Amino acid sequence: MRVMAQVAMVMNLDKCIGCHTCSVTCKQTWTNRTGMEYVWFNNVETRPGQGYPRRWQDQERWRGGWRLNRRGALTLRAGSRLARMASIFANPVLPGIKDYYEPWTYDYRNLVNAPLGDDYPVAAPRSLITGRPMAIEWSANWDDDLGGSVEHKAADPLLGGAGARAREIAEKVRFTFEETFMFYLPRICEHCLNPSCVASCPSGAIYKREEDGIVLVDQDRCRGWRQCVTACPYKKVYFNHRTGKAEKCTFCYPRVEVGLPTVCSETCVGRLRYLGVMLYDAERVAAAASVPDDQGLYEAQLGVFLDPQDPAVRAAAERDGIPRDWIEAALRSPVHALISRYRVALPLHPEFRTLPMVWYVPPLSPVVEALTETGFDGEDAGNLFGAIDALRIPVEYLAGLFTAGDPGPVRASLDKLAAMRSHMRAVNLGDAGGGETSQAARAVGMSGREVEEMYRLLALAKYEERYVIPTAAIGEAHGLEESVVQGCSLDAEGGPGMGGDVHAAGPFGEDSGRRRLPLVSLESFHVLRRRQTADDEGAVSAASPTSGPYRSDTAGDDRAER
Amino acid sequence: MRILLWGALPYVAFALLVSGLVWRHRYDRFGWTTRSSEIYESRLLRLASPVFHYGILFVLAGHLLGLFVPASWTDAIGVRERAYNLLSLIGGTLAGALAIAGIALLVYRRRTNAPVLLATTRNDKAMYVLLVGSIALGMYAKLSHASFGHGYDYRGTIAVWARSLFRLDPRTDLMAGAPVAFQVHAVVGMVLIAAVPYTRLVHMFSAPLPYFFRPYLVYRSRGPLQERPQPRGWERIGA
Ligand code: SF4
Ligand code: SF4
Repeated sequence: MRVMAQVAMVMNLDKCIGCHTCSVTCKQTWTNRTGMEYVWFNNVETRPGQGYPRRWQDQERWRGGWRLNRRGALTLRAGSRLARMASIFANPVLPGIKDYYEPWTYDYRNLVNAPLGDDYPVAAPRSLITGRPMAIEWSANWDDDLGGSVEHKAADPLLGGAGARAREIAEKVRFTFEETFMFYLPRICEHCLNPSCVASCPSGAIYKREEDGIVLVDQDRCRGWRQCVTACPYKKVYFNHRTGKAEKCTFCYPRVEVGLPTVCSETCVGRLRYLGVMLYDAERVAAAASVPDDQGLYEAQLGVFLDPQDPAVRAAAERDGIPRDWIEAALRSPVHALISRYRVALPLHPEFRTLPMVWYVPPLSPVVEALTETGFDGEDAGNLFGAIDALRIPVEYLAGLFTAGDPGPVRASLDKLAAMRSHMRAVNLGDAGGGETSQAARAVGMSGREVEEMYRLLALAKYEERYVIPTAAIGEAHGLEESVVQGCSLDAEGGPGMGGDVHAAGPFGEDSGRRRLPLVSLESFHVLRRRQTADDEGAVSAASPTSGPYRSDTAGDDRAER
Repeated sequence: MRILLWGALPYVAFALLVSGLVWRHRYDRFGWTTRSSEIYESRLLRLASPVFHYGILFVLAGHLLGLFVPASWTDAIGVRERAYNLLSLIGGTLAGALAIAGIALLVYRRRTNAPVLLATTRNDKAMYVLLVGSIALGMYAKLSHASFGHGYDYRGTIAVWARSLFRLDPRTDLMAGAPVAFQVHAVVGMVLIAAVPYTRLVHMFSAPLPYFFRPYLVYRSRGPLQERPQPRGWERIGA
């Protein structure tokens, strides 16, 4: 047993209202730069729907993740090392900008500069890729709230599959489209235990951090081969088309290092994201990812996780150098509770075999709503259990998302959520005492106390209980103020700061070399501010990316004038 | 002039190459990339890029073979001059044709595709001129002095000169006697070699060979947290 720790996330889909706050705050923090206009480290998609990039789940087409080869060994679906290196000069399955969407802005200047006339001036859309006027045809969430879905729904890979069952589900979903069963799926990088992006990187630039399991791209080592973009089945590595490097969700590691939740979690309006430590056995990862049966992967991954309640696990963790406060955090981890103790959270697409570490509590609301609409009491346990059975569509669709099609775990999870509703209603109406094991609780094999604890975690969701994040390391506490983070973590290797060098000083002394002479500067806060506050356009273009958004002065690498 | 071109220029080019690589590695590792434009346009690229790259790799192999494998070695394994000439002519021309076809398509793509053109820097344009120039000149030199019976025997002159460079005793007289077409090609080629580290061509030095020998998963430690100097553009904003 080799114990490793990872900061993982669980999202409770029942509470997601699809407000996109998480996406917007994430974008403002990490990707509001040239080259990254089309990139959403966090995106929220409506289900059923195509997602972003379009049809990303369809691995027949995008070739992400792992598969088992004839000998039953794990290999990248994108091809063997040799095959992929032979085709390195043009990645055969790279999503193009149109598969995400062509980013645009509006020509606002026209609103004030247009000559006097009879018509109102308009701000016409302009492509951020070509700078030319463009017609907006698609975006990261064009089919939000099922907009246009009657035309697009065949494009949901979960509904478009072959086979009688897929067709049957598709037919039913189509049938009930007017009554609309839908929910939202917020997605970030899964920070997988068996990350295919890492495995695919020819330069060895992507790595998983030993301390907290966060998967990062070393910007100084990335050479822009784009293999990771293909290999990630969740399509959560993006190509910065300005710098020519891959970038991905960083799990807000500068924040997590000092015990702050990620930006998407912190700003989530539904307060549905949970962050906590998972302990796992690194030696079991490969075996779990190569379980022959797709539907066995969920259980296999559960088997990789270790129970911090177990003294033997704690001893092993200490032996393997996990700091004590991390072990304590693991004991209180809400993520561990939802995944392993209550077993209500499920992994997204375990059949990709990357062992994802952002899990989801499936939404019960579509079921409750459907039930209430038919005139039944949507919170009555008997009705609900029956309905979960009867409403096969949501369950099977959810199983396609979370358990490689096995409805069992989805049903079990939904049953527990239903039991929780009924139990709490019974308690609130005085039909059952607090802590008593009600009928509903018994039906799902939980005690009343357990149900109430789960209720506290899922429904009340106190800030301190949602986020149990140990800081980077004990003994380094003096450096752990946020102020230090701004100075150091951003520019650590793999960080979006991309400036610093954690290696020892160069041969010419402490300050020699690239630390003092970062010759490539990206759009910085200052450039942005100058552009926003400059009075005349000349000053703007002198300072703004239009004249040199990515300048590598040294290489004489000025961009062509527009 | 003779000394300058055939005695000094090669060393200058080599020095620029090496120092450029070191400098780029130290100061601009972040800018060291293929700068792929596949995300903008992939249909043409998927055809043109492999054609060009494989072509140019064969061309490179041909140059290494021609310049650094003495005729006596090939004689020793029983390859006679005539056979070698044919191999060099046909193989070299095929490889060159591949490279030219590939780069022609690539340049066409760069010109006609708006996003790709926009992403083209002046540096890129200069690089393209050099690259296309040296390939075209090389093809011209080769074909204008070739016949199936007996081509220009560069292995007696240019190759000897090239090898003499490494003995630090350049045989400039040999090069001065070579046909002008070869001379021009050699000069442009040397300039190209010198320019490699300063252009996007630098990505040729990151051929990912270690990938074949490492385990799939890479783990790295965060290392101790510590204060580091702030790079330009990331100064504190006092917020
Ligand atoms: S989800 Fe994240 S960690 Fe997993 S393969 Fe994709 S980019 Fe890598
Ligand atoms: S902020 Fe929260 S509620 Fe809003 S879309 Fe994101 S995950 Fe859903």
